[in-house]
Amino acid sequence: MGMTMTQKILAAHAGLTEVKPGQLIEAKLDLVLGNDITSPVAINEFEKCGASSVFDKDRIALVLDHFTPNKDIKAAEQCRQVRNFANRFHITNFFDVGRMGIEHALLPEQGLVGPGDCVIGADSHTCTYGALGAFSTGVGSTDMAAGMITGKAWFKVPSAIRVVLKNQPAKWVSGKDVILHLIGRIGVDGALYRSLEFTGDGVKHLSMDDRLCIANMAIEAGAKNGIFPVDEVTLAYTTGRFQREAVVYEADPDAVYDETVEIDLSQLRPTVAFPHLPENTKTIDEVGTVKIDQIVIGSCTNGRIEDLRVAASILKGRKVAKDVRCIILPGTQEIYLQALREGLAEIFVEAGAVFSTPTCGPCLGGHMGILGKGERAVSTTNRNFVGRMGHIESEVYLASPAVAAASAVMGCLADPDRIMKEEEER
Amino acid sequence: MKAHGMVHKYGDNVDTDVIIPARYLNTASHAELAAHCMEDIDRDFVKKVKPGDILVAEKNFGCGSSREHAPIAIQASGISCVIAETFARIFYRNAINIGLPILECGEAAHDLQNGDEVEVDFNTGVIRNLTKGKSYQAQPFPPFIQNIIQKGGLLNSIMK
Ligand code: SF4
Repeated sequence: MGMTMTQKILAAHAGLTEVKPGQLIEAKLDLVLGNDITSPVAINEFEKCGASSVFDKDRIALVLDHFTPNKDIKAAEQCRQVRNFANRFHITNFFDVGRMGIEHALLPEQGLVGPGDCVIGADSHTCTYGALGAFSTGVGSTDMAAGMITGKAWFKVPSAIRVVLKNQPAKWVSGKDVILHLIGRIGVDGALYRSLEFTGDGVKHLSMDDRLCIANMAIEAGAKNGIFPVDEVTLAYTTGRFQREAVVYEADPDAVYDETVEIDLSQLRPTVAFPHLPENTKTIDEVGTVKIDQIVIGSCTNGRIEDLRVAASILKGRKVAKDVRCIILPGTQEIYLQALREGLAEIFVEAGAVFSTPTCGPCLGGHMGILGKGERAVSTTNRNFVGRMGHIESEVYLASPAVAAASAVMGCLADPDRIMKEEEER
Repeated sequence: MKAHGMVHKYGDNVDTDVIIPARYLNTASHAELAAHCMEDIDRDFVKKVKPGDILVAEKNFGCGSSREHAPIAIQASGISCVIAETFARIFYRNAINIGLPILECGEAAHDLQNGDEVEVDFNTGVIRNLTKGKSYQAQPFPPFIQNIIQKGGLLNSIMK
């Protein structure tokens, strides 16, 4: 029986020639990731079970990105615990404030993950690296602890949904719209326990930033992982960056899929997920008038340089609407620097937005932009659950950077195309 | 291995943000996490729950973040077992890895109601509703997972 791309990577890392859906395997890991929230729990477990060494100091990444720069004393203590652990075991890839970025923007950028890898991270959006043709998936802190000790993890081999992307998306339609559209169609548990394998001639029209955004939100459809084929776009991105050798896996021609979903990219419209689930999607043409209090542009989903460029192209020479707070967070220090060099930071500040150091911050209701009772945000993040960004009576609308920036200007959910055209006509 | 207790029932897509909101993730203390368990979906949960009680929900329980704080909070609050039609996959493996038994059974998930008294046998996967005199069959764990739960979690199973 033919194998999917995911199954092939898992088989190779389990030392098997073949695996079948449902099979329990133990696979070797190329990288184990943790952050300032999940690592302390993993370190406690690591210590409790009496472990005294890590499997490979170069293959563990510890990133302090969630509540940093430390939002309070407890957060400071958690970071201190991770810092001490990193020092004690000489962890090469420890990223502290000043060098850190949001983990899933940072790891691909730093070349720590790449094609053919098998990666676990104690963070649900670890599935992001599927964009690079890796098998990567989110796990919990105990898995992280076991991974740091043994360099291995147990997996149940997933079956897959094949997502065939066709044609080229229109202007203002981005990776975010593709994934929101897909989640709207299959639901937040539509891919539960399964892989989402993207394929089709539409893939070549998606930039690496688009793919990272799409794979990032595979978990929001319940998927174990989302994965893209490795092509020129991938190799152009990883060459000179990825520290190990890229291994390219392809799905067998006779691979078996549970189902196939086709998406004609040329037909997509900017898409918004209404509260309180990522599956509650509407196209921008259907949203009606939704007044907003806050905009967040950033996160592991949409805090990359292309996202900031799109936002800047809309905010340039315009102002954030009165009564709207617009918070823009670059994904990493490198993206931050690039935004400064390209003049994007200036555009944001002149528009009346906040532009700060990389952090998860408001994405998980941590700090740097918590919502009060009844407040509404349009956010480029990935979750709009009850209370995700603050008060349980606040609301989060998920959208692309283009829609978020247009909404910042209009003070309500807005179509980027309309603003740009209306102004031209004036 | 068995569990026995009263049912606390919830609906579809109970996510990790309502099981344990991120504002409490600046601690890894089990007792502190338990004190805020289910707070954003059910303010009274911590007052109502008694040791041994059983949490029941419908589809996709535990969706959202990978925070192990979620199953830890549930376990530390006294819950002995979670039954749902389906679980989000990271929650599923986290629960097993920390030794919190969880069972998938659609029929039981729909049928069981708040306050029902329930007995669960993990070896056979049989769930008995003592209040209504009904029983349901869940898929028992494969031996690999039974071993992890019996040893009290993944790390205990790999360190021995
Ligand atoms: S940006 Fe948000 S979703 Fe991404 S890692 Fe940080 S908290 Fe998680």
